[in-house]
Amino acid sequence: MSTDMSSPSSTFPMVKSLKQAGFVGMVMFGLCVPIVAFRAEQNMNNELVLQSRWWLTLVFSVLAMIGSFLLSLYTHQKSHTAHSSAPSSVTKALSALAPRLTPLGFACVIAYPMVMLAINGPGGSIKWIDNFGIQILIYVMLGWGLNIVVGLAGLLDLGYVAFYAVGAYAYALIATKVIPDTFPELGFWSFWICLPISGLLAALWGIILGFPVLRLRGDYLAIVTLAFGEIIRLVLINWVDFSNGYAGLSSIPRPSFFGIPFNASEEGFAAVFDLEFSPIYRTIFLYYVILALSLLTAFVTIRLRRLPIGRAWEALREDEIACRSLGINTTITKLTAFAIGAGFGGFAGCFFAARQGFISPESFVFLESAQILAIVVLGGMGSLFGVVVASIALVGGIEILRELDFLKQVFGEAFDPSQYRMLIFGFAMVLMMLWKPRGLIAHREPSIVYKEKKSIGSDMVQEGHG
Amino acid sequence: MTTISSMPLLQVEHLTMRFGGLVAVGDLSFDVARGQITALIGPNGAGKTTVFNCITGFYKPTEGRLTLNHDANHHYLLERLPDHDINWKARVARTFQNIRLFQGMTVLENLLVAQHNTLMRASGYSLLGLFNAKSYRDQADLALQKALHWLERIHLLDRADDAAGDLPYGDQRRLEIARAMCTDPLLLCLDEPAAGLNPKESLELNTLLTGIRDEGKTSLLLIEHDMSVVMTISDHVVVLDYGVKIADGTPDAVRNDPKVIAAYLGVDDDEVAEVEAEVGL
Repeated sequence: MSTDMSSPSSTFPMVKSLKQAGFVGMVMFGLCVPIVAFRAEQNMNNELVLQSRWWLTLVFSVLAMIGSFLLSLYTHQKSHTAHSSAPSSVTKALSALAPRLTPLGFACVIAYPMVMLAINGPGGSIKWIDNFGIQILIYVMLGWGLNIVVGLAGLLDLGYVAFYAVGAYAYALIATKVIPDTFPELGFWSFWICLPISGLLAALWGIILGFPVLRLRGDYLAIVTLAFGEIIRLVLINWVDFSNGYAGLSSIPRPSFFGIPFNASEEGFAAVFDLEFSPIYRTIFLYYVILALSLLTAFVTIRLRRLPIGRAWEALREDEIACRSLGINTTITKLTAFAIGAGFGGFAGCFFAARQGFISPESFVFLESAQILAIVVLGGMGSLFGVVVASIALVGGIEILRELDFLKQVFGEAFDPSQYRMLIFGFAMVLMMLWKPRGLIAHREPSIVYKEKKSIGSDMVQEGHG
Repeated sequence: MTTISSMPLLQVEHLTMRFGGLVAVGDLSFDVARGQITALIGPNGAGKTTVFNCITGFYKPTEGRLTLNHDANHHYLLERLPDHDINWKARVARTFQNIRLFQGMTVLENLLVAQHNTLMRASGYSLLGLFNAKSYRDQADLALQKALHWLERIHLLDRADDAAGDLPYGDQRRLEIARAMCTDPLLLCLDEPAAGLNPKESLELNTLLTGIRDEGKTSLLLIEHDMSVVMTISDHVVVLDYGVKIADGTPDAVRNDPKVIAAYLGVDDDEVAEVEAEVGL
């Protein structure tokens, strides 16, 4: 073994790995016999019957064998690439693809609902557009919003969902209570009126929270933002007069097509455009609304990164003391990052409320914050493209578990793959921490180029302690 | 006009800094003259960096007054300004003993971050910049030209797009000075700029610093251990020991001052006996 590993040109030890895999499979089989192979079940007559499940035992053993083989393949490759400092092939491929992917990606996301409609028809495609398209795009937008705070400015915010909640409740309350009482004729426009208001309110809350909190740094900041997220949720639960508590707010107006509602009436979208009424139009429209909002977030982020404020955020992440010595007001710079990130969270919240038609504090638990943060960290701090990949993997991946019906044929009727989502999620996180601790896109693109663009490796870029 | 040129740029009066019971700097007064290089020297732990941190706002002095005179009518009391205003309003820039560059940003970006406030104003606090207004683009272009000018001066133009953390140590030192100079300071405070440099780099540094002085816009205050640098380039030397000023004058005068020699080299045995006799041991 040692000779195989030490010589640089050594080939992969196939026989040895296969032997090892076989051994692991046998051990697994041996372990599974007492645990998995037999199962006592009640039959119709309330008698206990011993069922044998040899096929399942076999599946586990084969999985263990494959796992063992892949592991030795991986360690073999790693021992050969460990000495070269070049980034791994996956990273290289991803970063080389990133610029070329942009136009292709645009075409894909714009065509996506149409393609789904063509494949699955109006009835079957709602699931694909809504559960996959819209759901992923909401998280992409939240990820991009949080990316400004965590990825660029390096401020660890564990309570981002609070601003999402502020946006959602702002829309729900204004659209159900304020607008019908004051300007009932604006009813169909309420989403478009409330969208900027929700964003501004969330940004305002970002500033209100940020002011006392941004004196803290690192872990302390994370704890306080976490607490703030919980406070907002607890207020929403307990201030029943204001937010209707656990029961939440329902019959929130749906967005209109710029004043034309999506309903079956004479003035409805279908009637106006001479189409057969179907709920699919609204879903497609919502898809394009969240797409436009996400692109706005991306556009603003890309622009801000090249402006002095964006550079100051990144400088703040790199070294706060040096920033102060260069005349940068760090408090205001942190506050703007907090407020702008919160504002985009508010937009997304407003959209969320309009899409669901019903919101309750249950939608804004800490797990949401954790998931958004996981998307940002997994994607690579500061990388917009990484956030998209991570959202598709995390949100889309969890959704796709519901679609894996064929697994029931392997593991039996009672097997529900979506129950394993947290396990898979955690496992994926552990793997990422081992394999790519700085995220999928672990390099930084410079904001200005003099002669030749060189991306900066993650070993150089700081994570921020502010 | 005569009053301006005769008035020192920075007046340090009765500066005292205590950390609990420890007096790091005790009743220190000195002037930094306009258009000169003033060196602050002293053995390790003499309180030099503490003085620097007081001047640049990282510490608030326990007692004393720090006056920066722009001209006859514009004075800034540095001990009352927040640290970012000391750079932006009073125009005092500094470098750090352990280099503090933005390592993950490119060399060019480092110099643009230094022009943050000017650019921020030009970009209409990002609103005009978001729409890429021409007024902002013009100002951004000027900022780029200034950054490139400084890169040329420190011979790092061909490394403009490299990460600052990738530069060799000596280049990082010079880049930090260039970054501080991009804020257009009237007073540039350098904390051990020659530390860790080889003799050739040290010589280049001397040329850079005297060049900055001879342009006349910026006066320099530096802390330095490397006596070859101090004695060659400084016009005025202030010597600290245990937080107290023990000498103040031209390099030649300071070099021959017995107190300075004693502080650096220790005192002779017979002098120790003299002191012991005085104290009554």
